Formats: sequence, structure tokens, C-alpha cells
Amino acid sequence: MSERHRVDARGAMCPGPLMEMIAAIKLAAVGDEIEVLSSDRGTVDDIPEWVAKVGHRMVESVALDGYWSVVVKKAK
Amino acid sequence: MSKRVLIVGGGMGGTIVANGLARHLGDELRRGEVAITMLGDTDQHFYQPGLLYVPFGRMRESELSREQRQVLNRRVTFHVDPAKHIDVEKNQVTTDSGKTHGYDYLVLATGSRVMPQNIPGMVEGAHWFYELAAARKLRQALDTFQGGTIVVNVNAPHKCPVAPIEVTLMLHDHFRAKGMGEKVRLIYTYPIGRLHGLEPVANWVKPEYDRLGIAYETFFNTSKVDPAGKTISSEEGVDLSYDLLITIPPHQGAQVIDDSGLGKGGWVPTHPRTLHREGSTNVFVVGDTTNIPISKAGSTAHFEADTLIDNLVSLIVDGRMTRTYDGKVYCFLETGMKTGTYIWFDYETPPSPSPPTQMVHWLKLAYNRMYWLSARGLL
Ligand SMILES: Cc1cc2nc3c(=O)[nH]c(=O)nc-3n(C[C@H](O)[C@H](O)[C@H](O)COP(=O)(O)OP(=O)(O)OC[C@H]3O[C@@H](n4cnc5c(N)ncnc54)[C@H](O)[C@@H]3O)c2cc1C
Repeated sequence: MSERHRVDARGAMCPGPLMEMIAAIKLAAVGDEIEVLSSDRGTVDDIPEWVAKVGHRMVESVALDGYWSVVVKKAK
Repeated sequence: MSKRVLIVGGGMGGTIVANGLARHLGDELRRGEVAITMLGDTDQHFYQPGLLYVPFGRMRESELSREQRQVLNRRVTFHVDPAKHIDVEKNQVTTDSGKTHGYDYLVLATGSRVMPQNIPGMVEGAHWFYELAAARKLRQALDTFQGGTIVVNVNAPHKCPVAPIEVTLMLHDHFRAKGMGEKVRLIYTYPIGRLHGLEPVANWVKPEYDRLGIAYETFFNTSKVDPAGKTISSEEGVDLSYDLLITIPPHQGAQVIDDSGLGKGGWVPTHPRTLHREGSTNVFVVGDTTNIPISKAGSTAHFEADTLIDNLVSLIVDGRMTRTYDGKVYCFLETGMKTGTYIWFDYETPPSPSPPTQMVHWLKLAYNRMYWLSARGLL
């Protein structure tokens, strides 16, 4: 069964939401989804850019109340 | 009934908590109303930040460790008997020797460790300096290096966010001082699209690297190392050739955390302000092993420990918490062999590195010696 893992990186200055996502994806199984919550607007561009380079899959990116939720599926 | 505080892990965070509690609760300890016990896995206390200097022969190994018993307040009971299973439902911890320790309050301070074995070929093909034996080996490799390409490869997650930049700038100065500046090409790789997780640090370091001729490759997450072909490859599809590979391996938390079901990868879900383990009211987490999305650094462990000491003391004495952790991190940053700068930030304030000075470099060297006072809670 695929799982969804949530990383709450709101307010994370260092290492930052994308580094947190990379760390979480390493621990996940293929097919799992990682949801990153971020208060940094840059995440909305950073994560899809990295996901495209590596070949994972973007599931969604949603603006919420003062933060963003970005969901990625581990594809390999 | 006396209140029992059990601390698992005797590194930076655990030791500062133990000594701070012992100092503030001296009377209660004397009267037998409180007992503080620490479980460690070694009788030595090791000063990890000193490892940065070992490859360059700039810190003696004897300066890096002391007997843990000497660093700890004498009222803290210390067992070299690693935790094997932590049961937060039953409020007890079982050790390797088969003993069981009950607690009223538990502090998890088991740190993080390097996992080069998680990347194919890394153990065989790479050097690192995050452990003593490896740092020694790297020193030999640097001593005999005749020139060529050195790749400094950074993997996520890792502790001490600035050490990769420091070692790169120190390597640059080291070889220039040896008259080998022209013969050595440095390439720095980083997992995300800039040179450091902290944007202001990334913005500061990029022109520095450009000025010094240090090359870089961003969006580089290591997929494998080929020790025979001397290449390192990334998940993003880039291959780099190297003559010497220095890596900051990916990290995980302690095995006991994973084995006890307290957090995948050894990272314990932790409330970023109260430092409670999520789901517990009497289990606290300090240092590298939290999953709080901030730098894994000694200063983080120290500031968290200060918060925890105040809260545990008032929980024991008054039955209430007094304050929360504000996310403060403070790091010295060596910008070569002669200069340094520093950064600080918290949950609300981003860092802004100031121009490097010789004074800050000396301060960092002085802190390396004064650490032992800090661990004892005197600084
Ligand atoms: C090369 C290098 C340079 C660094 N430079 C800096 C710097 O300049 N500034 C800075 O702030 N930080 C720096 N750091 C980071 C800093 O050393 C760590 O972040 C800090 O030690 C974390 O403290 P901790 O208490 O969480 O973990 P640690 O200090 O690692 O302590 C954890 C302890 O728990 C023990 N343990 C593990 N499992 C068990 C078990 N099952 N039972 C009992 N005990 C167990 C471990 O053996 C260890 O003693 C550096 C680290 C390295 C490697």
C-alpha cells in the first residue's frame, strides 16, 4: 500500500523545503506521495523543477492560507 | 516518590541537558527527590566540530575527546549501556545489557550518523571527515595528493550545514599555501538549485567561489560512485570525474529510534516549539534526532537544551512548562584558513552573513577549546 508522508517545512530557513523533500523521498517507497508544506513562495517553483530533473511526478501544488502544499509521487 | 529523568545519548544535547538539570536541581538531587540517569554508548565525549580541522592537521586528536564521566556533573548517574528498545507507552527503556530503566521524563538525544553505505560505491570510492577514522584517512590522502580534481559532494540530509562550504574554502587555502593552487581543481556539488540551503549564504558563497575559481554543480543528488572509474553520478543524470572525492554522506538518526518505532530514518516527530515528541507529554527530543526542519547543528542542540532544562526544572518543581524554543541557530563559518564569519537565524529571522574577519576565525578556534566549559554548562 502506498503511503502519503507529510513534511511540515513552514518557517524552515535551513536546510529548506526542497532539502526536506529530498530527505523524505529517500526514506519513502516507490509509489508513495510526499506532501511538503512550505511558507516559502520559491518552493512552488523549486520542487517541480527538481522533480522534472529527477523523474518523479508532481501530483499537485496548492496555495493555502499563507502557505503552499506541494505533493510529489516517488516514481523510481 | 523521586522524579526520574532518563537521558538517552551523551553527545552535545544530552550532556548539556544533564549538566543543566543537575545544576538547577542540586537541592532536589541531594534530597533524593530527583534522579538523573544517562545512557550512552561510549565512555568518551567526542567534540565533532573539531573533525573539520583533522584532515588539515590543524587540531590534535587528543583535543577532540574527554572522558564522559569527567564532563558530566557527578550527580548524574551514567551508564555505558546503549538503549536497545525505547517503550514510550510503558515509560521504560531496555538496554543492550538487558537492564530496564523506568522514567517520569525521557530525553531523546541520540543524534545523527553518516550513512555512506546508503549510496552504491560511496564507502569504497569516497573520503569523508564526519568520523574520526575517516578524517584521518582523508588527512593521509591530502598529504599525498599530487594534484587533479577534488569533488566536494554534499548529500541530504546532513548535520552542520556550513561544514561543506568551510572544507571547500579550507581546501582551496590549503593547496594554495602548499604552492599547489594551480594543480588542484575544486568542484562542489549541492542537492538543490543553489549552493546552500540558506539563500543568503548561497548568495554570499557564489561570488566567493567564482572569485576563487571553485566550480560547482547544483541539483546534484548522488546516485552512485564508481571507485574504479573514479566518477560520481547524480540522480539528475550528471557524471563527474574525480581524482579525490570528499563527500558529506547522507545522514540518518540512531538505529534505536527506528527499531523502537519512534521515527522513520531515526528522526523523531517533534513539536518545533515545546520539543515534545509528538504524541507524548513526558518525552522530549533534543539535537540532531528531531525532525524539526532546521539545521542539525551543535548550536541548535545547545539552544534546544537550554529550553528543555528550563522546562524540565519547572515541570519537576512547579508542574508546568515555562518557555518555548524559538528556532535559534548560531554557526561560525570558516571562510578559509585565516578568516571566518558567522550566521544566526531563528524561525522568524533569516540569516545575513557579515563580511569575513580574522577575529571571527580566532573566535571559532577559541570556541573549539572552550567547548568543554559549554558542555559542562558553564558557558
Ligand atoms: C565535521 C563536523 C563539524 C561540525 N561543526 C559544527 C559547528 O561548527 N557548529 C555546530 O553548531 N555544529 C557542528 N557540528 C554538528 C554537531 O556536532 C552536532 O549537530 C551535534 O553534536 C548534535 O548533538 P546531539 O546531541 O544531537 O548528537 P551527538 O552529539 O551526535 O550525540 C548523540 C549521542 O548519542 C549516542 N547514541 C546513539 N545511539 C545511542 C543509543 N542507542 N544509546 C545510547 N546512546 C546512543 C551517540 O553515540 C552520541 O554520543 C559538526 C559536526 C561535524 C561532524
